[in-house]
Amino acid sequence: MLGLNKKDTSLMIVVAILALFAPFILNPFPEGSAMAQFNAGYPDLMQRFVIFGIFAIGFNILFGLTGYLSFGHAAFLGIGSYSVVWMYKLLDYNVIWGLPLAIITSGLFALLIGYVSLRRSGIYFSILTLAFAQMSFNLAYSVLTPITNGETGLQVYTDDAQVLLGANEATSPHLFGIVMNSSAKLDLGPWSFTFNNGYYFCAIILLLVFYLAIRIFRSPFGMMLRAIKSNQTRLNYTGLNPRPYALAAFVISGMYAGLAGGLMAAMDPLAGAERMQWTASGEVVLMTILGGTGTLIGPVLGAGFIKYFENIFSKINDNILHQWFAFLPDGLEDFVVFIIHPFIGKGWHLTLGILFMLVVIFLPGGLVEGGQRIKRALSRKKDADAAKTEPAE
Amino acid sequence: MDAIILQILNGLDKGSAYALIALGLTLIFGTLGVVNFAHGALFMIGAFCAVTLSKILNLSFETIDPTKTDFLGNPLKVKTPYVMEWFGPETGAAIIDWAVPLAILFSIPIMIAVGFIMERGLIKHFYKRAHADQILVTFGLAIVLQEVVKYFFGANPIPTGAPDAFKGSFDFGVLLGYDPNVIIYPYWRMVYFFFAALVIGGVFAFLQFTTFGMVVRAGMADRETVGLLGINIDKRFTIMFGIAAAVAGIAGVMYAPINSPNYHMGMDFLVLSFVVVVVGGMGSLPGAVLAGFLLGILESFASMNQIKSLIPGIDQIIIYVVAIIILLTRPRGLMGRKGVMEE
Amino acid sequence: MGILEVKDVGKRFGGLQALSDVNLSVKENSVHAIIGPNGAGKSTLLNCLVGKLIPDTGSVMFDGQSVLGRTPYEINQMGISRVFQTPEIFGDLTVMENMMIPCFAKRDGAFRMHAIENMMAEKDIVEKAEAMLVDMNMADKKDMHSASMSRGDKRRLEIGMCLAQEPRLLLLDEPTAGMARADTNNTIDLLKQISDEREITIAIIEHDMHVVFSLANRITVLAQGTPLVEDDPENIRGNPKVREAYLGETA
Repeated sequence: MLGLNKKDTSLMIVVAILALFAPFILNPFPEGSAMAQFNAGYPDLMQRFVIFGIFAIGFNILFGLTGYLSFGHAAFLGIGSYSVVWMYKLLDYNVIWGLPLAIITSGLFALLIGYVSLRRSGIYFSILTLAFAQMSFNLAYSVLTPITNGETGLQVYTDDAQVLLGANEATSPHLFGIVMNSSAKLDLGPWSFTFNNGYYFCAIILLLVFYLAIRIFRSPFGMMLRAIKSNQTRLNYTGLNPRPYALAAFVISGMYAGLAGGLMAAMDPLAGAERMQWTASGEVVLMTILGGTGTLIGPVLGAGFIKYFENIFSKINDNILHQWFAFLPDGLEDFVVFIIHPFIGKGWHLTLGILFMLVVIFLPGGLVEGGQRIKRALSRKKDADAAKTEPAE
Repeated sequence: MDAIILQILNGLDKGSAYALIALGLTLIFGTLGVVNFAHGALFMIGAFCAVTLSKILNLSFETIDPTKTDFLGNPLKVKTPYVMEWFGPETGAAIIDWAVPLAILFSIPIMIAVGFIMERGLIKHFYKRAHADQILVTFGLAIVLQEVVKYFFGANPIPTGAPDAFKGSFDFGVLLGYDPNVIIYPYWRMVYFFFAALVIGGVFAFLQFTTFGMVVRAGMADRETVGLLGINIDKRFTIMFGIAAAVAGIAGVMYAPINSPNYHMGMDFLVLSFVVVVVGGMGSLPGAVLAGFLLGILESFASMNQIKSLIPGIDQIIIYVVAIIILLTRPRGLMGRKGVMEE
Repeated sequence: MGILEVKDVGKRFGGLQALSDVNLSVKENSVHAIIGPNGAGKSTLLNCLVGKLIPDTGSVMFDGQSVLGRTPYEINQMGISRVFQTPEIFGDLTVMENMMIPCFAKRDGAFRMHAIENMMAEKDIVEKAEAMLVDMNMADKKDMHSASMSRGDKRRLEIGMCLAQEPRLLLLDEPTAGMARADTNNTIDLLKQISDEREITIAIIEHDMHVVFSLANRITVLAQGTPLVEDDPENIRGNPKVREAYLGETA
């Protein structure tokens, strides 16, 4: 279907079902129940799943296929956001102007940064991209304040031009009148499900770019990128110049990042420099690795995993912990809460750092590899069981 | 002219910090072949050693002074640091005053231990893995260390003063025949520069004149051959890691009075120190030092008002711009050797 | 006039004169062996031919065009393919994918973006790669992960990948180094077959005399960075200078 083989088609269908039914799937617990805090089916979080999924899919096209580790992709995220907000300021709140611009500007920046950085490979490349991203951050934060509004962040003010703004037009981001932050609610017994326009807009874009990523992975171009990772010497001695291929991958992944940044601003009409900080670049690296570098579904899983646990961990506080561990004897309860305390709430970054190390050390292939390992272990066990039962017959 | 001298002086202390961190990074990279993203965290831990020691020295007990009363009319509670009680008020006060220099002694064993644990516990297992994995695992470690410090010390910078003797500034201009107060330079920054020069000199002398250093230098030039000679290079490299950690740590200790330590200072310095290493030439120790001072001074020039009025904000990006230009024109950096980190 | 003309090539590394006054002419459709003791400069010479090193003096002409100053991929596009001492293949890719890449390179040149097409839908490439695998006797290994193959198979794949580009000159750098006898003989047979069946010139750098005398119809002996003699195999066998160069090395 659509030029995909059977396996990829079923993967695409699974992702489509997950994305479209996410408001149900992510809200398995009835409203008001003790478990409701583990629900993730509210618009803000679902949007973040999808947007960071797009960011990670794009990053994976560069890092997963070519092996070039960029530490500066957050720069493109920021550029995408600024582009969209500027279109709000100049034209109107319709996201149709800003998003293509976000892709184009981030693509152009990626071309420039990639052209310079790809003259070097390995660690030099990582450091160069890091330097560029940090420079972009500094530019956005303090140097280019007329364009970025510096520390405050870029936002729309009432005295902005907004030349296309109609009399009855919504005053928040929308797509031809479909307002992003409006939602429909469905109450089924104790359950409550939210269907948000913005989420579905992002989800459809995710499906499009995920489809595009599959096509890239299966294309001759994708094969060349894997060849770059595998053996650049052989590629050179096969009459192929690795650099334009790597640059094309860099630009594509930069455009994905720009689109993700643009979508952030499409959900919430703000753009700030902190989006470009290098910790944000590190986060997308972690998402990709955690999910499974070089796999199709991995980055999406990784992004969802991290954003979900970020949300859960940041919400938990000592009171909740005390509720959970109330069954323990008092002294033990306090001790357990004391031990867990540094990792929750504002301590989420600590958990993230530890997770980062554990994944790189023990599971370099990420969740996808972990899943495969479990599958293999199970089938081996089944084989072993079968072998055991056979002689008995 | 006076403005130029002033900017050079202002660039020296930042340049010293860059040089010290870049020196450690290069040592680790050259000997172990590992790109250590957690090196900035070592600098930060050093600065917090100074904070911790000054907190320890200020530990106090309370006594009630019956002769005085506070504003509510209750007997006044007086806090006396233990060191004052033990060593007498004057010596005790001096010890508290000199907390930062004392912290060097306090930090060296801590930093060496941290370095050993890091190398033996984590980095050792990554020698044979891809550079990307090394970057990622040390990046994770850097986040963890930073967050742990944040957990114990909070997110706000903690002012940590230099000894009273070094407060105030030195009128450097008078020496050169300028009017007073034209070129003034804080004493502690001067101390920092001389201290950095001393440490850098010490590291170079150590590598140049000891057998240990000779083996390490040989290992930097060609790791495999030295391994073949039957010299237990790994053990020496562990020690080298400890030394690099100590250099970063004491650089951090002494920097505490210049910039109040905060938990993310390591990351801030790390990015720039990497740029310094790349500009200096990966694997070149003199290159790291040279580039450190060069970029520090350059940054300070770019923050001059005359230059900032020409190109606004240039001070924020100058280092990156210079690094990019140098890498494009001299891909191996200023003093990089052929064959280091090249595919 | 040979297809590859090396004139007065010299190369210096610091204090070491690795090559000096190297003159060499490789005739079209011949199998030309370059032999010599260790350190004779064979690999340096080879690296000068493929663009990895640039000689200090002299010229290297391939089919009337200079190769000097061109990058390895440009030289490859002129029609020179290289087989390495340790097989350089795309270890992360399958055997079939390995074979498809040179087919793409031959068809599309140094860079062409096919980012949306399915690679298996490129019929001409797939057919050509499959035919080449059959030629190399590896059709059954098509879907194997290439890094997991034996060294002999990797060598065979690498040679096949080079041939898929339809080069005019195939350079081989000690293609049987580190191989078991059986693998060596297989490789010799394969190369013989290639030179018999295809319009191709082969230049081979070799240490193993058995390989050289089974294959070559022209031999250049290199010693201390400079050619000693260039002659037919039968004359080389009895040449006292050659014996001295080799005996001097072993003694």
